[in-house]
Amino acid sequence: METVKKPSLLESSVKDAGMGAFVTFALALVMVGMKVDVASGLGAELFIEYRWTAVAIAVVTVFVGRLLLNLFFWKPDNPLAVNLSGLMPSGDSATQIGKALKPVLLIIAIALPFALMFWLGARGSRQYIDLAILVTTYIMLGWGLNIVVGLAGLLDLGYVAFYAVGAYSYALLAEYFGFSFWICLPLAGILAAFWGIILGFPVLRLRGDYLAIVTLAFGEIIRIVLLNWYQFTGGPDGISGIPRPSFFGLEFKRGDGGFADFFGLDYSSIHRIIFLYYLILIMALVTNIVTMRLRRMPIGRAWEALREDEIACRSLGINTTNTKLTAFALGAMFGGFAGSFFATRQGFISPESFTFIESAVILAIVVLGGLGSQIGVVIASVVMIGGFEFFREFEEYRMLVFGMLMVFIMVWKPRGLVSTRAPSVTLSKDAKGISADLVQEGHG
Amino acid sequence: MTQWNDNPVLTVEHLTMRFGGLTAIDDLSFNVGRGDITALIGPNGAGKTTVFNCATGFYKPTEGRLVMRRSNGEKFLLERLPDFKISAHAKVARTFQNIRLFGGMTILENLMVAQHNPLMVASNWTLGGLLGLTGYRHANRDAIDHAKYWLEKTNLLDRADLPAAELPYGDQRRLEIARAMCTGPEILCLDEPAAGLNPKESLELNELLMYIRKEHDTSVLLIEHDMSVVMEISDHVVVLDYGVKISDGTPDEVKNDPHVIAAYLGVDDDEVDEIEEEVGL
Repeated sequence: METVKKPSLLESSVKDAGMGAFVTFALALVMVGMKVDVASGLGAELFIEYRWTAVAIAVVTVFVGRLLLNLFFWKPDNPLAVNLSGLMPSGDSATQIGKALKPVLLIIAIALPFALMFWLGARGSRQYIDLAILVTTYIMLGWGLNIVVGLAGLLDLGYVAFYAVGAYSYALLAEYFGFSFWICLPLAGILAAFWGIILGFPVLRLRGDYLAIVTLAFGEIIRIVLLNWYQFTGGPDGISGIPRPSFFGLEFKRGDGGFADFFGLDYSSIHRIIFLYYLILIMALVTNIVTMRLRRMPIGRAWEALREDEIACRSLGINTTNTKLTAFALGAMFGGFAGSFFATRQGFISPESFTFIESAVILAIVVLGGLGSQIGVVIASVVMIGGFEFFREFEEYRMLVFGMLMVFIMVWKPRGLVSTRAPSVTLSKDAKGISADLVQEGHG
Repeated sequence: MTQWNDNPVLTVEHLTMRFGGLTAIDDLSFNVGRGDITALIGPNGAGKTTVFNCATGFYKPTEGRLVMRRSNGEKFLLERLPDFKISAHAKVARTFQNIRLFGGMTILENLMVAQHNPLMVASNWTLGGLLGLTGYRHANRDAIDHAKYWLEKTNLLDRADLPAAELPYGDQRRLEIARAMCTGPEILCLDEPAAGLNPKESLELNELLMYIRKEHDTSVLLIEHDMSVVMEISDHVVVLDYGVKISDGTPDEVKNDPHVIAAYLGVDDDEVDEIEEEVGL
């Protein structure tokens, strides 16, 4: 009798890579190989530009990439990914590093503007502080979304809608009623939470993929309403001249009665930037503290229990609808706060700032950082947003790098960077974190 | 009549459940006596779990009603309550045939989630807790003590900070019972609590159930295939077959009931006519 020969590793890998390359060729032939362009000059005719080299590069990249992944990650008995994760600190030491990391990060965050000012001067540090503001905004958004996705396990693809509601609430209230930032900030949060509940009521009976699609649609609806309601929101023109926040009634302006004048400093536009940085830092920290406290309270435990098993929750007398709604509303509220900060920082908003890609980036931060992990969100935002802006010069390639980073994380740490879950209540002092493979991701 | 009809905690009246053309339960009536351990037995597919799902609100019965009488005199019509209210107000707790624990949460956290409703009130619906009021802190400490009490009773105290999913099967079963007890139920519905347990664990389970019944004024309704458990501890046995009640009485009565023997073991060929006549076919 002849036994069926198991194809060797190399043979099957090459075969698989060949299949991948063929699929790439079929797709790239039309999508990459032919590009419709407008001829310059008077005629402005359309013509097709052929780019066969690009097709060849795509096919070769896929072939080589798949071959390598097959050889080292997918097919072998001891994939490299396992060896790689061995390099990562294990669960215990990771939580210890995390514990030490938190105060260090906090000190860095607080000292950052002054350190930058010291090294680079007011002029040179401005762009970096601006970048820090942007990163912190995303950290806050990530923390807000973490309540919905990480704790309650509800996949929300339309989170940017609440960001938009917050931003437009402030812009419109300021434009029509002349309210200041400090009045509008809570109002924007409340309005966003209100919209979260309005969306939540019909949507939260859906689960999983269905929930994701409907939240995605809701995000688009909000944007399209803002875009088309010209009389009220200014449509694509956006709203400009949004008032800047004041520091306890002191405005950041030149001359008498301004911030610089009051404190006897020379006027500099950097004051306002630094103030904005601390403002968003405090808002983000408040988000974090509230979330961490909520995790230790019955509502927070109910969120996590909901993510683990909804039916068991109901059998224990937990009103799952209300529990989901509170998660949705709270996440939305923090999104709203961040939105009104965004409006006051930019001074100008238009629906273009609230496209689906924003939702996707925030979700990517939460997922890459590790669902439910607060410190993971920080690391992911710094890397993703900070890295993205730092490499602005390599515009053409940064999407490529971004994609590769994602693939790398997916292979290496499929549950996100920080995936151990810390228990919300313990009896003994030296309780360990819970490994990620035991924790559910939620079903929507 | 027998004791369970005098002072029932749960009365099932003319319960019928149809799924499309399939009648899973047909006009079922029985009583669960207060302080009794009542066993619901029957061959596979007899409709036992369906009765549980009706009683705990996961199914809405097609016909009939389920009356829960709490010891403080309150009466609840379970078929009209949403599932979470059945646990919260009518004080009916249940476990599941395929264990449903919060696997990624620690054992202690599982028991804390079970005390959600009183803790929500104590934390002023989160607001008081968020502000760190003392009321919530006390309530939280009491809840941990309550959880510790049940962990001790179920021999899980030394593993309180481990994730529930890491526990062996038998311990998971006990944890699920402890979690259900943490809701402070007046009737505890157990869906095959002894399934997959070894004889020693079964014995411990018997002791635990006897303890719960004795010390906590909780009636127990259980579905079970393990006759050593059923005959040992139950006061009252209800036998279902194809959604119809075929016997109802003390364990001894049920054991000798020809209908039950026929349903479980079948009958000899020469007895078929006799039995059919008796059953009324």
